[in-house]
This record gives sequence, C-alpha cells and structure tokens, in this order.
Amino acid sequence: MIAARGLGRRFGDKRVLRGVDLDVADGAFAVVTGPNGSGKTTLLRLVAGLALPSEGELHVDVTRERIGLLAHDPLVYRELTALENLELYGRLYHVPERRERIGMLLERFGLWEARHERVAAYSRGMTQRLALCRVLLHDPQLLILDEPYTALDAQGAELLDAQLAELRGERTFLVSTHDPQRVRRLATSELSL
Amino acid sequence: MIRNGSGDWRRVSYLSDVGALTRKDLLLELRARDTLPAMLLFVAAVFVVFHFSLPAGSSRLAASGLLWVAIVFTALLALGRAFVPEREQRTLDALVLAPCDRSAIWLAKSLATLTFLAAAEIVALPLFELFFHGLRGSTVAGVALADLGICAVGTFVGATAVVTRARELLLPLLFLPLAIPLVIGGVGASVVHGPGRYLGFLGLYDLLFALLCWAAFEYVVVE
Repeated sequence: MIAARGLGRRFGDKRVLRGVDLDVADGAFAVVTGPNGSGKTTLLRLVAGLALPSEGELHVDVTRERIGLLAHDPLVYRELTALENLELYGRLYHVPERRERIGMLLERFGLWEARHERVAAYSRGMTQRLALCRVLLHDPQLLILDEPYTALDAQGAELLDAQLAELRGERTFLVSTHDPQRVRRLATSELSL
Repeated sequence: MIRNGSGDWRRVSYLSDVGALTRKDLLLELRARDTLPAMLLFVAAVFVVFHFSLPAGSSRLAASGLLWVAIVFTALLALGRAFVPEREQRTLDALVLAPCDRSAIWLAKSLATLTFLAAAEIVALPLFELFFHGLRGSTVAGVALADLGICAVGTFVGATAVVTRARELLLPLLFLPLAIPLVIGGVGASVVHGPGRYLGFLGLYDLLFALLCWAAFEYVVVE
C-alpha cells in the first residue's frame, strides 16, 4: 500500500528527512520510531499527502477519502461541540448512517455524556479521544497515527489498544511513537529514523 | 440525496460540502463573536472620523470615495480573521485531507465572509446616509457587486497568507492592489449618472476572479 524509496524532505536549508525506504503492505501494522526531530511527523505528513517530498519516490495506493490521519494536533474546532465537529467531518466524508456511527464512536470513547460541550472545555485527554473518533469516523483503510497515546489516561490508552487490536489485519497502519513497547505486539514491521 | 446520475450527485455533494463548511464558519463566529462586532465598531468609528475630518461643504464625490475606503478596510478585518480557526487549530490539514473538492473550502469561506460583510454594511450604509446624505441605488448595487469580488479574491489571498509567518503584512499587501479595480468600479458606479458601465465592470471582475480563485485554490492549500 505504501512504497517509498530514498524519501527526503527539506525545509529551506534544513533537511528533516533523508533517504527513507519504506514498504507497508495491505493489512500491515508499521511502527515508526525515533528521537524528537528525527522526521517521524514529516514522514507521516508525506504519506498522508499533506506535504510533497523534496527527493525520492513515494507511492501510496489509497485515495485520500480512505486515509485517516491522527496528527500531532487533534484537528478539531475548539469552539464547536464534539457532536458538531463529528457532524462536520461526517458530512465532508459522506459517512453513511452518520448519526449512528457518531453515536457509536462517542459511546466507545467515553464522550457521549460530553457530546454537547465545546471542545475548548475538554481536557487534553478528552480532546485526543475526540480526535480518535474523527479519525475512525469514515472507517478509513489506511490509518496514519502520530503519537496516538499522547495525553490519554490509562483507560483511554486501553480503549485505543482494544480499537487497534480489533482493526489490526483489516486495516493498514502507520504509527509513529516514542513508546514502541506499547504497540510492539501489534507491529508487523518497525522503521527507526 | 439525489443520485440520478454522476453529474447530479457530484453537484449535490459539492453543494452539501459547501453548506457544511459555511455552517461551520457561521457557527464559529456565533460562538466566538470576534469578527462581526469588530467590523461594526470599525466601520462606525471610520464614518465618525470621516464626518469630522471632511471639511464642511465638501462634495458628495469626496464622501463617496470615503465610503469605499471604509468598505475595503472593514472587509480586510473580516478577511484577516477568516482563516484564524484553521491556523490556530491547524484544522486546514483535516479539511484538505477530506474528500471534498478543495474549492468548496474557498467557496464556503467566501460565503461566510460575505455574510459578515453584508451584515456590517446593513448597519454601515444607513450610517453613511445619516452622516453624508450621498447614498444612491447605484451605490448600493455597486457595494453588493464589489462585496462578491472582495470576498472571492480576499479569501483566496487570505488562504495564501495564512500559511506564511508574515501573514498580517502579506494579506493587505496582496489584497489591496487586487481591490483597486473594485474601488474604481464602485466609486464610478456611485458618482456617474449612467452607472451601468461600472456595474458591468464590477460584474465582470467578480466573474473572472471568482473563476480564477475557484480553479486555483487547490494549489494554494496543497503544498
């Protein structure tokens, strides 16, 4: 599904990614590790199509409506409620049976009771849970997750573990993390930057 | 949703995307209330300043010019705020990644800005009449046509500027030169006896620039 050869990215004079080779097959669970500033987020943005490589080749064999990106930022509007945010994205992705799907995800991630509250009033952990709902809303084929455990408490992390385990094999994952131990049991390959 | 043919479905889907995005922008303004009140205060303050700075007995022509200065700078306030939620919460990435046509983002943002500008003008134009007694039907028609161009071009330029570090500088620097034809057309429509030529010019500007911005927006938001 993803094939990269000699992938590199510069920002002006600064090279943030250099000579990355990556192969991720359909249904694989690829983990990207590396210290801060090693280019993990840049690699994920390149694969998501939000940036273009400065060098090398990248082929991503999936259309953008089948990509789910959990970025460093939650990518939700703070002045809207959880329900309004998911309604917006549900409409843009033309999610079938949108209301039911939104309700199911909010229930699963423990946000149903807070669905009418503005995201600005959410804790960082709740916002991350909402971001996960947004990512899963349109049932993407390729899940690109940048530090998905950030800000999650133990219960939230367990929920995410269960969700990843449920989808493993059925969906393709590209996950960056500082804590590879957490997802190692799910991983089919690991790339260290 | 109508699904009797791919073309129909696409059109309905496009309009549904524009509707969802416009609703989002209007809802954000309703909650935050930081664009429209600022525009109203600004335009009222500008008219008061103009009222006292324009010498007594000045011509209606001078007042018409001032109206257009006020409109362009009030619009600039709205345009400067247009992409603030997307910048602060980095949600432009999510919108760009969504499967909707990227021009829907531009169109929705333009419609929301047009709503704010029209709302400000509903207060501003009677205020102008109160202070300067120079409002004509052709002026109102000129303002309506110029609004379309201002919002189409300004939203496009706003999206270009928002990803740069010097966005506060870049927006007026890019927008004001592009707004000059609108000011010429608007002032012309406000002061001449046969304003048809100027209104036609404004309509042509709107059509041409709306098409250009609609077609080119994808290249602005995608690296």
